[in-house]
Amino acid sequence: MDSTRYLMRRTVNALTMLVSAGAMLFGIVWLVWILITLLDNGLAGLGTHLFTESTPPPGSAGGLANAIMGSLIMTGVATLIGTPIGILAGTYLAEFGGEGWLARTTRFINDILLSAPSIVIGLFIYGVVVAPMGHFSAWAGSLALAVIVIPVVVRTTENMLRLVPNSLREAASALGAPQWKVVTMVAYRASMGGIMTGILLAVARISGETAPLLFTALNNQFWSTNLNAPMANLPVVMFQFAMSPYDDWHSLAWAGAFLITFAVLGLNIVARVVFRKHI
Amino acid sequence: MPQSAVEPIIENPKVEVRNLHFYYGGFHALKDINIRIPERQVTAFIGPSGCGKSTLLRTLNRMFELYPKQKAQGEILLDGKNILDARQDVNLLRARVGMVFQKPTPFPMSIFRNVAFGVNLYEKLSNSAMEERVEWALRKAALWDEVKDKLGQGGDSLSGGQQQRLCLARALAVKPQVILLDEPTSALDPIATANIEELINELKADYTIIIVTHNMQQAARVSDYTCFMYLGEVIEFGATQQIFTRPRKRETEDYITGKFG
Repeated sequence: MDSTRYLMRRTVNALTMLVSAGAMLFGIVWLVWILITLLDNGLAGLGTHLFTESTPPPGSAGGLANAIMGSLIMTGVATLIGTPIGILAGTYLAEFGGEGWLARTTRFINDILLSAPSIVIGLFIYGVVVAPMGHFSAWAGSLALAVIVIPVVVRTTENMLRLVPNSLREAASALGAPQWKVVTMVAYRASMGGIMTGILLAVARISGETAPLLFTALNNQFWSTNLNAPMANLPVVMFQFAMSPYDDWHSLAWAGAFLITFAVLGLNIVARVVFRKHI
Repeated sequence: MPQSAVEPIIENPKVEVRNLHFYYGGFHALKDINIRIPERQVTAFIGPSGCGKSTLLRTLNRMFELYPKQKAQGEILLDGKNILDARQDVNLLRARVGMVFQKPTPFPMSIFRNVAFGVNLYEKLSNSAMEERVEWALRKAALWDEVKDKLGQGGDSLSGGQQQRLCLARALAVKPQVILLDEPTSALDPIATANIEELINELKADYTIIIVTHNMQQAARVSDYTCFMYLGEVIEFGATQQIFTRPRKRETEDYITGKFG
């Protein structure tokens, strides 16, 4: 009796192991395939010209300098706009709002925003910024990306602050610290690693977004750092070049995809390594 | 027999609790508490889990106000002034009534800044004055010799017992008059516990100390007065020696002899 139950348990255990390992392999195969394809096609197009020359007309040589610069600028501006708003809102939810109706509603809306299709966000910014201004601009692109950053940062900030043990807050309060000091001097410090990781993940997320930029920043064939004008950016350049019939554009699109993917991979690794001990 | 004839007569109490009731939402956790806590003595609150001893302790610095559903009614006089009065600034109160918790709670910052944290809230000290204050507090908590060469290290790098003494130093640095200890040794090993108990003995020369403990031997070892609580009421309050040798109430005797609890 006992030995059959033992055998049964071992069989079920082995089976579960097999199924979960299989599922893991199935998932990871696609990721590895993507990375290999990218390496295969992207490496060929790499070179210093990518960083020194702007996107070319079909048939002539060129690089991605304007698109790389544009992506950096818009990602940077979006992070600068979205991060403070996200951190403050997340702080409100974790430290001040409690379970009141305002906090509950905000949390609910934030969850919706978190999973909103990014093309909807692009169209929204088109409607409220691009159409009234009468032209596409990098500001509009940055705003669209910021709207994607905010819910990610709100969520991670709230979650990370909730991980801070209440005993730490009590200890600071017991010394007579007012609540804002408890939050800024103790809770933030204790959750800094997690919050920074959230910001890096948000940056990683927006650096590859195409849809919200299509309707907002559009694209620009030339080098431009004017936030009031359309601006080149890697995702949209990739989108246009990959759809084109020209081989040298294809090669640039692959190179762009390679750059974005490995930049995002790098960001993720940095986030994990630098803030490992805090998570 | 009138109460005053048997209760110890405490002249000029540091803290006096009068007709205190406490509620967690709808739950009546403390029922008509009346005690007088003497100055520069150690008073222990003992009783079985859930009797309200920690709750009572947390009313003395209004810690319960962090939680909106908790309410206290009645009076708690600190040097004759009612601290439950809405006009009492709660942060200034907590500067006068320090607290150390069950689990050590070093802040995520250096040992030095842990101790300086509370001081910075109330005083603008020069660097050298702050260094003096931190050293003074760490010496008071008998931790100075162990940490004087690593003040820049994180507070969480210390052992559990050291962390608890760091928390004590942090509370002392603000120069409170009353120190509340909420089961301060329950997470510590016997040697660290002995260290803390020894410290309590030394500190009572300068501070009024109130300790909650589930360890009766500890109450007997460190306290001068003991308050036995059960089901949200004070059953008996008296000199520790009397409580542990000649308890007047049946429940007290049953508890200290281990019949329940």
